Amino acid sequence: MNKNHFKASINKVKRFLFGMKFTDGFILKFLIYFLLVVVGFVFIYPLLIMASYSLMSLEDLLNPMVFQVPSAIYFENYETAWRALDYLSVFFMSLLITLLPAIIQTVIASFIGYGFARFEFPLKKMWLGLVLLTYLIPPQVTLIPKYVMFNDMGILNNPLAILLPTTFGQGLNSAIFILIFYQFYRMIPKALDEAAQIDGANRLYIYFKIAVPLSIPSFITSLLFSFVWQFNETYQTLIFLGDGMTLQTRLAAFVSAIQGNTGSGLIERATNESQMMAGNILIMIPLIIFYLILQRHFIEGIDKSGLTGE
Amino acid sequence: MKQLLNKFADFYRKITTSIKNFFIKLGIWILSGLQWALFGISWFFYRVKVKNEKNYVITFGFIPVRLEHWNAFWTFFVEIKHTKGGTDQLVIFKFMKFKLTNRRREAIIGYLFIGVWIIGFLWLTLVPLITSLQYSFFKITFSGDQGIQLNFVGFDNYVEIFNQLTYFQALQDFVYRTVLYLPLILILAMILAILLNQKIKLRGFFRSVFFLPVIVASGPIMTTLLGTTGDGGLLAITSNDTLTAALANTLPPFLAEFVGSMFTHLISILWFSGVQIILFLAGLQKVNREVYEAASIDGASPWETFWKITLPSLKSIILVAAIYTIVMLATFPTNLVLIRINEARRSDYGYASALSWVYFLIIGVILGIVAFLLTYEKKTIVKKQLMEVKR
Repeated sequence: MNKNHFKASINKVKRFLFGMKFTDGFILKFLIYFLLVVVGFVFIYPLLIMASYSLMSLEDLLNPMVFQVPSAIYFENYETAWRALDYLSVFFMSLLITLLPAIIQTVIASFIGYGFARFEFPLKKMWLGLVLLTYLIPPQVTLIPKYVMFNDMGILNNPLAILLPTTFGQGLNSAIFILIFYQFYRMIPKALDEAAQIDGANRLYIYFKIAVPLSIPSFITSLLFSFVWQFNETYQTLIFLGDGMTLQTRLAAFVSAIQGNTGSGLIERATNESQMMAGNILIMIPLIIFYLILQRHFIEGIDKSGLTGE
Repeated sequence: MKQLLNKFADFYRKITTSIKNFFIKLGIWILSGLQWALFGISWFFYRVKVKNEKNYVITFGFIPVRLEHWNAFWTFFVEIKHTKGGTDQLVIFKFMKFKLTNRRREAIIGYLFIGVWIIGFLWLTLVPLITSLQYSFFKITFSGDQGIQLNFVGFDNYVEIFNQLTYFQALQDFVYRTVLYLPLILILAMILAILLNQKIKLRGFFRSVFFLPVIVASGPIMTTLLGTTGDGGLLAITSNDTLTAALANTLPPFLAEFVGSMFTHLISILWFSGVQIILFLAGLQKVNREVYEAASIDGASPWETFWKITLPSLKSIILVAAIYTIVMLATFPTNLVLIRINEARRSDYGYASALSWVYFLIIGVILGIVAFLLTYEKKTIVKKQLMEVKR
C-alpha cells in the first residue's frame, strides 16, 4: 500500500511539473516567466538608470561611493531642464507640429490606400512599387534638394515645411500607412461597394460612407503611430524647422554639451549628466502617459490593420 | 507662465490671420477673373437659346449665371455623352472622343484617388532624387552674394569618399552592425513572440513592456543612452564596468569584459525589436490551432513543429520585419553614417549628395540580398515530384 501511495504521489508531482504534454507543466511555465521577467528587466533597465541619475545632485555624481542610487532625492535638475527646454510653450508647438501632420497623413494615406485597393488602372503595379521605394529611400538622399526647394519657397522654419510633403503623401514613413490601408481595404469584400453602386452611390460617396467607417481601427492605429513617430523625429525637424521649435530638437541641443557636439548656442546647455537625464525623462513623460492610456490600440492595431495579411 | 501662453497665442494668431487674409483676397480675385474670362469665351463660342424659365446658378465670385450657360460652358472642356444601349462617350475639348468603358471609368477614378500621391511623389521625391544625383557630380560653393556656384567635377566626389577614412569607416561600421543586428533582432523577436504567445497570466503587461521602447526611443534619448558612437553613453558608463566585475567571478576575465561590453549592444538590439515582436505575435496568432494538434497527434516534437509548421507560415512576416529592421537601422538618428552626412552637408552639398547616394546604394544592396534570401522558393523539386506522380 505504501508503495502505491508513493508511486501515486510521485506521479502527481510529475504531472504537476511536466503536465499532459510538455507545454502544460510547471517547469516550462516557470521557465517562460523567468525568461520574460529577465528580458523585461533588461528592457526597463535603461529607464531606471535614467530616472535614478536624474534625481542625483552634483555631489552624488562626483561621489564614487554613490552608485546608481542617489543618496537624496534632488529635484533641481528637473527645474533646470524645464527652464532650458522652455517646456510649456514648446510643448504646445511640438504638439501642433505633430498632431496636424499626423491627422493629415492618416487621412491622405487612407485615401490613397483605398485608391490602390479598389481600382484597377494601368501601371498600378509600378506605382505600388514606387510607394514601397519611397519608404526604402533614406531621407538624406532627397534632403538637400528639398532644403534648397523649401528655402526658395520661403517655408523653412515654418511648420509648412512638414505639412506640405505630408499633404501630398510624402510624409514621414507615409508609405507604411498607405500600405496598411491598402491591405485593409483589400480585405473588405467588393460586394459591399457593388451593392452601393447599384443603389446609385458614386465612388467618393462609397469611400466616405462605407470604407471609412469600416476602417476606423486602421485610422486609430495610423494616427497613433504617425503621432509618435512625428513627435520623436529629430533629424528632419532639426534641418527644416531650425533649432528650437520642437521638444526633441531642444533636447538635442540641451544634451549636446555632454556629448561634445556643437549646437546653436541659443539654448541653455546641461552642465552635468543628471540634468541631461532629467531633460530626457521630461520628454519621455508625455509619451509614456500617452502610451499607457492608449496601449491597447497600439498593439492590437497592428493585428487588426492587417499588415500581416490574411 | 501666462506671459509664455500669451506670447505663443499672439505669434500664432498673427501668422494665421495674415496668411488667411492674403489667401482669401487672392482667391476671390483669381476665381472671379477666371470665371468672367471663361464665361466670355464660352459665350463667344456657344450661344445658348434661352427659353422662358430662367434658372440661375450662383458660382464663383458670387456672380449668378444661367444654368444652361454654366453647363454649356463646362461642355466646352469635358462632357459625357450618354448613348442608349452602347458605351458612353467622353468628349474632351469638343473633338477628342473616347469610349467610356467601365474599365476606363475605373482607371480614371483610380488615378483621381492616387493623383495626390503621384503629384507629391514626382514633385517632392523624384525631382529631389534626380537633383541630388546631379549635385553629387558637382562641387557646390556659395559665393559672397548668396549665389550657388556649381563646378562640374565628375566622379571626384565619389573617389574622395573612398579616400577619406572617416566616412568609409562609418559605412563599414553600418554594414557590420546591420549584418550583426538583423538576424539577432529577428531571432530575438521571434523567441519573445513565441514566449508571449503562451498562456501565461501577465501577457498583456509584458507585451506593453516590450513595446514601450518603440514609443520612447527617439534620437536624443538614444544618443544619451548609447553615446554618439553607439558604444558610449550612459549605458557604457554605468553598466559595463559593473557587469564585467560581476561576471569576473564566474568567467575568465577576457570573456567577462567581452560580455560586459556587449551589454550596450544587447540593449540596442532589444530596444530596436519592439515592432517586430508585435508583428510576429500577430502572425503566430493567425496560424490555425488545428494544424498544431494534428501534428502533435502524428507525434511531432515541439522542435519539429517549430521548424516545419511555425516557421514556414511566418515567412512573409519575416520578410516584412526584415525590411522594417533594415530601414530603421539605416535611418535612425544615432547612425554614424547619417551624422557624417550631416557634417558634410554643412560644408559641401555636392559631396554630401554623393555620400547619401553611396549610402542609398549600399542599403539597396543589403535589402536586395535579404529579400532574395527570404523569398527564394525551390520550384524545381516540386516539378520533379509532379513528374513522378504523372508516371
